[in-house]
Formats: sequence, C-alpha cells, structure tokens
Amino acid sequence: MIAALAFYVFAAILIASAVMVVTSRNPVYSVLFLILAFFNAAGLFLLAGAEFLAMILVIVYVGAVAVLFLFVVMMLDIDFTQLREGFQRYAPIGAIIGAILLIELLMVVTTWRFAPEAMTLRLNPMPAGVTNAEALGRILYTDYIYLFQACGLILLVAMIGAIVLTLRERPGTRRQNVGEQIARSGSVALRSVPQGAGLKVIGIERPPSPEEAKPKEVEYHGHGGHH
Amino acid sequence: MGGITEMAVSLTHFLTVSAILLVLGVFGIFLNRKNVIVILMSVELILLAVNLNLVAFSGALGDLTGQVFTMFILTVAAAEAAIGLAIVVIYFRNRGTIEVEDISTLKG
Repeated sequence: MIAALAFYVFAAILIASAVMVVTSRNPVYSVLFLILAFFNAAGLFLLAGAEFLAMILVIVYVGAVAVLFLFVVMMLDIDFTQLREGFQRYAPIGAIIGAILLIELLMVVTTWRFAPEAMTLRLNPMPAGVTNAEALGRILYTDYIYLFQACGLILLVAMIGAIVLTLRERPGTRRQNVGEQIARSGSVALRSVPQGAGLKVIGIERPPSPEEAKPKEVEYHGHGGHH
Repeated sequence: MGGITEMAVSLTHFLTVSAILLVLGVFGIFLNRKNVIVILMSVELILLAVNLNLVAFSGALGDLTGQVFTMFILTVAAAEAAIGLAIVVIYFRNRGTIEVEDISTLKG
C-alpha cells in the first residue's frame, strides 16, 4: 500500500520535472529539474528492488553529470532567448511524433506478456538472502569482468578525450618550461660570493631598467579660466 | 503472471512511466531544436527511461542481468555527457554560439 503510494508520488514528480526540463525557459532551471528527475528515478529504482543502482544513480548522475551540465550552462555566455526561436514552430511536429510514439509504446505495453519458459531462461537469478549490492558484485566481478573492464576503458577514453578537446594554448602567456630551464647552461655563471656582502658590493647583473618617463611639465597660467 | 516474482507495484506501471519519460525526451529534442545543451539533457532523459525499463524487468523477473546492463548504460551515458559538453564548450569558444543549425556548416 505504502509502496504503491510512493510509486505514484515518485512517478508523478518524475514526469512533471521531465516536462519542466524540456519546456523550461532558462536552462539553469532545466538542469535543476533534471536533478529532481534523477532523484525521483532513484526512488523508482528502489521500489523496483535495485538499491545499489539507485545509489549509483544519485552519485553519478546528480553528483557528476548534472553538476557538469550546470557548470557548462553557467560558464558559457549564451543568449538563450535567441535559442528559443522556433519553439512554437517545432512544437506541433514534436507533439505529433511524440503522440505516435506514445500510442505505439502503450500498445506494446498493454499487450505483451512473458514467454511461458521465461523463468527457466533467467541468466542470473537473484540469490536469496543476499543484499542487492552483494549479488551484483558477485556477478560483476566474475561473469562480467571483461565488460566491467571495458567500462573503465570507456571512461578513460572519455576523460582523455574531454581533456584533449578543451585544453588550449593561449597565445601570449608565459609558461614555465621546466625542460628548458634544466637544459640551460653557460648563460648562467655560478660563482662564490663573500658572505655578508650587500648587493651593492657584489654587483648583480640585471638588465638595465628603462628610464621612467618624466612628469609632463604643466605651464602655469597666473589666472585660470579660458577667455 | 504465474511464477513471476510479485513486486509491490506491477511491471506495467513501471513500463508506462518509462514510456512517458521516453516520449518526453523525444519531444524535448524537437522542442529545443537550437539549444544543444537541452538536447543533451533530453538524451539523458531517454537513457533514464531505458534504465528504468531494464530495472523494472530485472525486478519483475528476479534476474540480475538487467541491473548489470543498467550499470553499463550509466557508464556510457556519463561518458557521452562529458564528451558532448566538451564539444559544446570548444564550439562555443570558436564560434560564440551554440545554435545547432550553424553546426551544419562543417567545412575544413
């Protein structure tokens, strides 16, 4: 009973926030509603019995992906009102295609059923008396270890790709070139200096500083004012 | 549904919610034709609908394979969001706009 009530609450907020994501005027609000949608989807995951994935959804989506979206939306100086042009123009065709898709999906959802031998064909039945996270870990690190490693590889490639794409060399900046500094020889002479001698005694070679511009002489008129 | 593990909420409810979510994602892509960032968010919504389907079937059948699939989809979605937003950032840096229709002029 409580589960059914929680389901309806989660589902209603999820769909409402999804509507706000796609129709919101300000993309910052879109991202915030996306976060709300992810939280409610995590609640639905919990109701479906996937506790571990619910936590992963909150950590990965809310903690990483949504914050990334928020960064990009706030970092770029975009004129969003200009991007809203054509909102009314594209709405009807989007509504038509969406309605067709929804009708088709509902036809499928209401008429399908499990095959009679579905229960015997299960690949990884949930073991009894084991928490969801432990059961997932048991198969993830044994049967699906190659896929798991491939996931790590995908994330690595994505990370390197994002860094390579966004890294840029700004012209005109002076960066420290460590290799050049270490390889430098001859131009710097090392010598022993007497202790206690001031800078004036030793005489440090530095490039001559350009002379300061003299202050402009202003002629003084005895009686101010222009006539 | 004889023999199927009984959940507190029936599978059809989950499937309906996920169908609506997917349609909203597709609708969002049409609605925000010009704004790449909102299009990426709509793609995230679509992937969330797929994940919800997989998790619901996994719970209904008592089969963990669906949850493993969901984890991999989460990984790919996170990678896709990172790469997509990186492309948006460098495109904005070069052009000063993120209109999708300008991106069709990919020359040299």
